[in-house]
Amino acid sequence: MAQTLIATATDAPRTRARRRWQPAAYLYVAPSVLVLAAFIVVPLLQTFQYSFYDWNGIGASTWAGLKNYAAVFTDVHLRDAFLHVSVLLLFYAAIPVILGLGLTIVLSHANRLRGVGFFRTVLFLPQVIASVVVGTIWVSIYAPHGLLNQALGMVGLGDLSRAWLGDYTFALIAIGFIGTWVNTGLCLVLFLGGVQNIEPSVFEAARIDGAGPLREFFGVTLPALRGQLAIALTLTVTATLKSFDIVYITTQGGPGTSTTVPAFEAFNRAFNTGQVGSAAAVAIALTVLIMVISWLITRLQPKETA
Amino acid sequence: MKKQFTALAVGALTAATALLLAGCAPGTSGTGSDTSKVTASKTVESGKYTLTVWDQNNTGDIDTAQKKLNAEFEKKYPNITIKRNSQSFSDLKTTLKLALSGNNPPDVVQANQGYPDMGAFVSGGMLAPLDDYSSLYGWAHYFPSNLLALNTFSSDGKHWQTGNLYGVSNTGEFVGVYYNKKILSSLGVDAPKTLDDLTADLAKAKAAGVEPMAYGDLEKVRGIQLYGVVQAATAGAKAVQDLVAGKAGAWTDTANVDAAATIQSWAQKGYLPADANGVSQDAAVADFGKGKAAFIIDGTWDMSTIGSALGQSNAGMVALTPAGASAPVTQGGEGLAWAMTSKSAHPNAAAAYIDFISGRDSAQTMIDANSLPTVLPAGHTSQAGTLNASVYDQYASLTAGKSIVPYLDYSTPTFYTTLTAAMQDLTAQKTTPQQFTQTLQADYSGFVSGNK
Repeated sequence: MAQTLIATATDAPRTRARRRWQPAAYLYVAPSVLVLAAFIVVPLLQTFQYSFYDWNGIGASTWAGLKNYAAVFTDVHLRDAFLHVSVLLLFYAAIPVILGLGLTIVLSHANRLRGVGFFRTVLFLPQVIASVVVGTIWVSIYAPHGLLNQALGMVGLGDLSRAWLGDYTFALIAIGFIGTWVNTGLCLVLFLGGVQNIEPSVFEAARIDGAGPLREFFGVTLPALRGQLAIALTLTVTATLKSFDIVYITTQGGPGTSTTVPAFEAFNRAFNTGQVGSAAAVAIALTVLIMVISWLITRLQPKETA
Repeated sequence: MKKQFTALAVGALTAATALLLAGCAPGTSGTGSDTSKVTASKTVESGKYTLTVWDQNNTGDIDTAQKKLNAEFEKKYPNITIKRNSQSFSDLKTTLKLALSGNNPPDVVQANQGYPDMGAFVSGGMLAPLDDYSSLYGWAHYFPSNLLALNTFSSDGKHWQTGNLYGVSNTGEFVGVYYNKKILSSLGVDAPKTLDDLTADLAKAKAAGVEPMAYGDLEKVRGIQLYGVVQAATAGAKAVQDLVAGKAGAWTDTANVDAAATIQSWAQKGYLPADANGVSQDAAVADFGKGKAAFIIDGTWDMSTIGSALGQSNAGMVALTPAGASAPVTQGGEGLAWAMTSKSAHPNAAAAYIDFISGRDSAQTMIDANSLPTVLPAGHTSQAGTLNASVYDQYASLTAGKSIVPYLDYSTPTFYTTLTAAMQDLTAQKTTPQQFTQTLQADYSGFVSGNK
């Protein structure tokens, strides 16, 4: 890499020559560009087109203008769906990142803790389980006679037990906690990798300067992890915003409409209730939201790695 | 360079978008039916060819029955090969629309009744009318007229239960009140006949410390059946039939509010489980099967599950009789309709297949598969005192009295979503019965007035 940089700096005319029209290069990128175009770009443009129509997916369609987009803000069901997903952001992204950081401090200082690898693997496991399986497992954990209520009963908190996924107050939080469980391991593994890249001498220097563990964390570890933080946030936030599977498996948006999310609304409207235009508008709004938030997160990233 | 590229990309995207937007609107009117060019005949097309069939009979006994019927059909017509694509109900519901709008749709499909599915397909010109075949094969004489009516639509897909016939069904279905005979005799009560009987029995069970009724609505499905059974008893057959078909009435009518009020008071008094919205439907059926509850409102699709769990002689099923009526009325109808697509290249063969798997010859195969055939074979008997016998008897009187009312989600394309969410709100005491019916009416009136 360094050599190329030097070469380009010292040998400008050759660089320019290299940028000449080279048809063969396009052959190399063609397969991925074609696949991308066929399965991402064309459907995206089609979705964009559908979002301006009233269409049941079968018969003739009528031009709807911006009506479907206005509904994203005025339709109380759609507004609620976006509200719910913002609550989920807390559980799917914020809490896992904070927990991941906390666990990173513990595990990276735990030289005497035997089997760090074991704990890391256990915490990462939820990531490798298919989301349908995750959903099904948690449905049984949250069931009225499920594991959670049994555990509460055993420690004398039986009064707190309830049908978690059928409770208007707790269903969304219960779904959020599934996300916390799944994403914490991912954050932890990312952060542990980042901490290992920090030169031990930096920690030593901090300690010699009299920094306590807290000071060390905020002064050394956290700044060094900015890149990993950005990656963890991008992955978890995007996963939250497009999340559909857990809601589909656990509650179908219920009880009532208290756990609907935009991706579920888009699916349901497109495939079940024959409101393809509205579904497309929700999907486009969601895409824009994801792009904006991802862009904001990339600004967290240190410039040199950006 | 990077900036140039971005500008280029933005330009290309804008151009593509403009082209798309200026181009034809999505789903411009369906193509005319090709099958109309063919004269309907009982003689299948000659030559070797394949019939593609999409069905939802993908599990257990009914899957075996379907395979058996397909093999028998291929034996009868050696020049035809059946290519079967079997999916679950919900998978079929979401993929069928796409398959039908393609250029090579299947020849025969199982389409759900009502406006959301069959109505939409008909309006898109995707299904072929089967009236000629109906007279050739004598379907009008074989199938009960009220069940055939569920498979009819006006040719623009806007008016249901009138106009052309678009399919026939090979299974019957209804939702009833299953009861545990041991628990009822320990409470000293007989099987309920009316809604008031049922409410009284539920109260006795509650007082005796027995779980009155198993009910699980976590998946947002069973609310349709709970409300449907109670509404059939408060409103009667004609009112519900007219309402769902968009012919007359309103969801806010007194009888419909009464049904909602009854269900809410059951929930209030603890006759329904307090945590019903967090219980899966399978768990509720399993609880009833283990003898934990006195009643469950469930469909005939669970008759073999319940019969084997609770024992054929310990379980019974009844459809409630509305006050002042002489015969029971309940929710139900028939399995998905076997329909022919308008682009099928072999319509006569497709019709022969539909007749083969839903007609007289298939009924015994359905019974052997522990299913309920649309028409019970003449002289069919089952062992007295069993659950199967009570189901078959009820079905015979329900079809004779034409007193099966349709599934409520047929009402509008969005009704399934609206009603299931509203039912969770109702049983959780989040809405009043009046608000509940107003929510349904808001969905309904928008659709019905658009169709006028």
